Amino acid sequence: MTQEQVATEKKIKPLVPFLKIPDKYPDEPAYLWGSKCKSCGTVYLGSRIACAKCASTGPFEEVRLSDEGEIYVFSVVHQTVPGLEAPYVAAIIDLAEGVAVRANVYGLDPLNPSPQWFGKKVKMYTEKIRVDREGNDVIAAKFKVVDGK
Amino acid sequence: MRDVAIVGANMIKFGRYPDKDLVQLASEAAIGALKDAGITMNEVQMVVSGNLYQANAMVGQRIMKEIGATGVPVVNVANACATGSTAFREAYLAVASGAYDIALAIGSEQMGKMGLLTGFGDRDPSYSSEGVMGTGLMPGVFGQTGVEHMRKYGTTAEQFAKIAVKNHKHSVHNPYAQYQVETPLEDVINARVIAWPNTLYMCCPTGDGAAAAVLMSAEKARQYTKQPVWVAASVLTSDPWTQRNPIMFDVNTLTRNAAEEAYEKAGIGPEDLSMVELHDCFATAELVHYENLMLCGEGEAGRLIDEGETYVGGRIPVNASGGLLSKGHPLGATGVANIVEVAWHLRGQAGGRQVEGAKVGLAHVIGLGSACTIHILKK
Ligand SMILES: [Zn+2]
Repeated sequence: MTQEQVATEKKIKPLVPFLKIPDKYPDEPAYLWGSKCKSCGTVYLGSRIACAKCASTGPFEEVRLSDEGEIYVFSVVHQTVPGLEAPYVAAIIDLAEGVAVRANVYGLDPLNPSPQWFGKKVKMYTEKIRVDREGNDVIAAKFKVVDGK
Repeated sequence: MRDVAIVGANMIKFGRYPDKDLVQLASEAAIGALKDAGITMNEVQMVVSGNLYQANAMVGQRIMKEIGATGVPVVNVANACATGSTAFREAYLAVASGAYDIALAIGSEQMGKMGLLTGFGDRDPSYSSEGVMGTGLMPGVFGQTGVEHMRKYGTTAEQFAKIAVKNHKHSVHNPYAQYQVETPLEDVINARVIAWPNTLYMCCPTGDGAAAAVLMSAEKARQYTKQPVWVAASVLTSDPWTQRNPIMFDVNTLTRNAAEEAYEKAGIGPEDLSMVELHDCFATAELVHYENLMLCGEGEAGRLIDEGETYVGGRIPVNASGGLLSKGHPLGATGVANIVEVAWHLRGQAGGRQVEGAKVGLAHVIGLGSACTIHILKK
């Protein structure tokens, strides 16, 4: 078996379509991407067929989204689907491009939720979370609190 | 559009019926509504059936085969938690348009002990983002809704808990509720957290249920009843685009849009309402809807519950039935049941939970994704 064959057999796949994993990952970091409506400027996660805000059918410009954002709101989920570790802080993160993303946030005490978390700066990182049915590694985007903010 | 009245209204006690099937539950509710209206299936000219979990299985026709297969048109409706109220609205439109004089709306669901935690279908579950990239589960989603209100107005977890205290207190007088148990504030606060700030008693139970209503044109209504309940407004909205909505459900904007349209159509303002039955799938939801339905000003919802204004006996009683928190939330039945509850109050038939002198009531339902219905009913 050649090296090339090995490389094509086991792939690295993003958990969500709006997470882009470069060929040279992890040497080159994965990032979130979106589509910007050229008519009204609205940014969406991932690709778009048309704009939900202005109904324009494009064109859309692909944009690389920031790795940093801030917590808009959150909940702490205690009861969840079997097999998941709980509790977890499930937040809505505002990114600088005017688009929001759902995320787990780490570095906060889930047992002491607080209004102090509003506006907290967070930074994205990626992590292998599972192996899929076909044996590919599944990579997720997670967020952690930026120290001291 | 013609005036339309509710002439028959009925629901079965919500709960768990492992020994009955869906058609039996729905039939029981439908026959009760027909008897209440003083008619049989022979007078019904069209039927709308709302059901979610068996949306691909011709529930309306199956009910007809049980209670009267007259061959009239049947429409099956699914619209998430607004399924029942959407079915009611389709029946209303059928009569208001002049196409039919008598219509029957039925909402039903059999959920058993299944929770509101969603499955992943046939897709590879390795790609479920739940608990890795935030949450899409209902308790967490509505937790975030409440937390957004905290962020905007400083609302506290205790204020949300007070909603559950109120609704469970009301439920004691509602024999149709799945649970009729009072929960003092400390019990609500100390209960197991499901998704902060909602604890166990701040989340609606799932279960089985059915409800039905007979709608008639004004002429027919006068023939069959001395107590018609008029549909002053029937509104359905979906989500307009809002900034975070693609990933964070926005239950506020479409409710506000529906409320404005309903008050406008009815020529009735929030100050004219005697009572409200609103979609308290979680305690956090009820609080934000006080403002969405304009029962108080922006940022005043916390004060409204603190001052007890939404208790039966207060300025504007909300969820005299005990709400979904106590009554239960069999998805397809809920929207019809809310309307039935308001109709009973307007007729003075709500027993120990009766809002005295109720003349005008509002029934609000949200199906996440989203669909919002508002019905304003008057004597
Ligand atoms: Zn656009």
